[in-house]
Amino acid sequence: MAHDHDHDHSELSPAQLRVRALETVLTEKGYVDPAALDVLIETYEKKVGPRNGARVVAKAWTDPEYHAWLLKDANPAIASVGYAGRQGEHLVVVENTPRRHNMVVCTLCSCYPWPVLGLPPVWYKSAPYRSRAVVDPRGVLRDFGVELPADTEIRVWDSTSEVRYLVLPMRPAGTDGWSEDKLADLVTRDSMIGTGLPKQPGGAA
Amino acid sequence: MTDGVHDMGGARGFGKVEPEPDEPPFHAAWERRAFALTIAMARPGGWNVDMSRAARESLPPQDYLAKSYYEIWLAGLEKLMAERGLVARDEIEAGHALHPPQPVRGTLSPGDVAQVLYRGAPTAREPTGPARFAVGDRVRTRAVSVPTHTRLPRYVRGHVGVVELVHGCHVFPDSSALGAGENPQWLYAVRFSGRELWGVDADPTTQVSVDAWDAYLEPA
Repeated sequence: MAHDHDHDHSELSPAQLRVRALETVLTEKGYVDPAALDVLIETYEKKVGPRNGARVVAKAWTDPEYHAWLLKDANPAIASVGYAGRQGEHLVVVENTPRRHNMVVCTLCSCYPWPVLGLPPVWYKSAPYRSRAVVDPRGVLRDFGVELPADTEIRVWDSTSEVRYLVLPMRPAGTDGWSEDKLADLVTRDSMIGTGLPKQPGGAA
Repeated sequence: MTDGVHDMGGARGFGKVEPEPDEPPFHAAWERRAFALTIAMARPGGWNVDMSRAARESLPPQDYLAKSYYEIWLAGLEKLMAERGLVARDEIEAGHALHPPQPVRGTLSPGDVAQVLYRGAPTAREPTGPARFAVGDRVRTRAVSVPTHTRLPRYVRGHVGVVELVHGCHVFPDSSALGAGENPQWLYAVRFSGRELWGVDADPTTQVSVDAWDAYLEPA
């Protein structure tokens, strides 16, 4: 069993002790199978993450038919690349343009499109982001080092339902003829949340 | 509930957002187990996502603000289990089962995980009638404070917006969280201007939407 249990209880934090106690009780009562916990953890540490979303974005950048399908009916379009399921049952893709920049938040908790982005980062779940994204999105973008033209519309999507939003960022200039794989390397997690922009060819973010 | 501390949109004073370069999915071994225990217990526990959120939101405000994310998950999980008599306080203190288990509807097995995650828990339901609003309609959100679970944030309360998307019919969290049935309703993305929400001095380029169920809205 791949438990992270060490042997000296005196060095464990209250949270570590609490979780260990809970897991033991729930296992002894037959409510959970620790091996299933291992599979859950491995899934979200190794398999489900922002590389999934990056593949979807790169495909949309190179394939006009896929691009149109993704914006019209995101779930089947994304499932066709192999991604679906928990916390992504109802996906909507919103596209950045020179006039409109999209940003996604969950002010009430931490709703996030797991199948394409994995588990949310700490900042996404934190009070500073949840409180400010809807009232001062340009200030939040500055926290990420992003400055957009003063006349660009900033369109914030607060994920208050089971609908999950994924931002389709603009394809960087100077990438004509690039393969999907090469383009996917430019697509950052933050560019699909809307707090960042894709990397530029040549290295600058 | 509305007006709880979890309802953070527009709150002031929380400071800068601090991105972490190359952030890992988990920051400690116990976070991995807390995450997985919470996911795995939903099947034997029999609760839904709305009940889970309601449990986390009902923490005392000072605890909600002081706890880390997975500490909030753990506290929510303990509350849901205690309410159903699945685990007793003395068992957590002892670190061992002391009482017989409750009969449960099933346990998540390692071989089920991939399929359970892939299937997810869709909330869309067949409509039983036409949508009340169409894209482009002006709507006003209800100006009420709700003591039980709801998904209408306070910062849009009583404000006028425009329907931008019609998402179909979805399980209504206000009912579902109480175990009062799914009560599916039409769900809309409703867009508000920054000036409507935050006043005439707000950045004129800001537009904010929430997803709002039919019961949250009236024609404007």
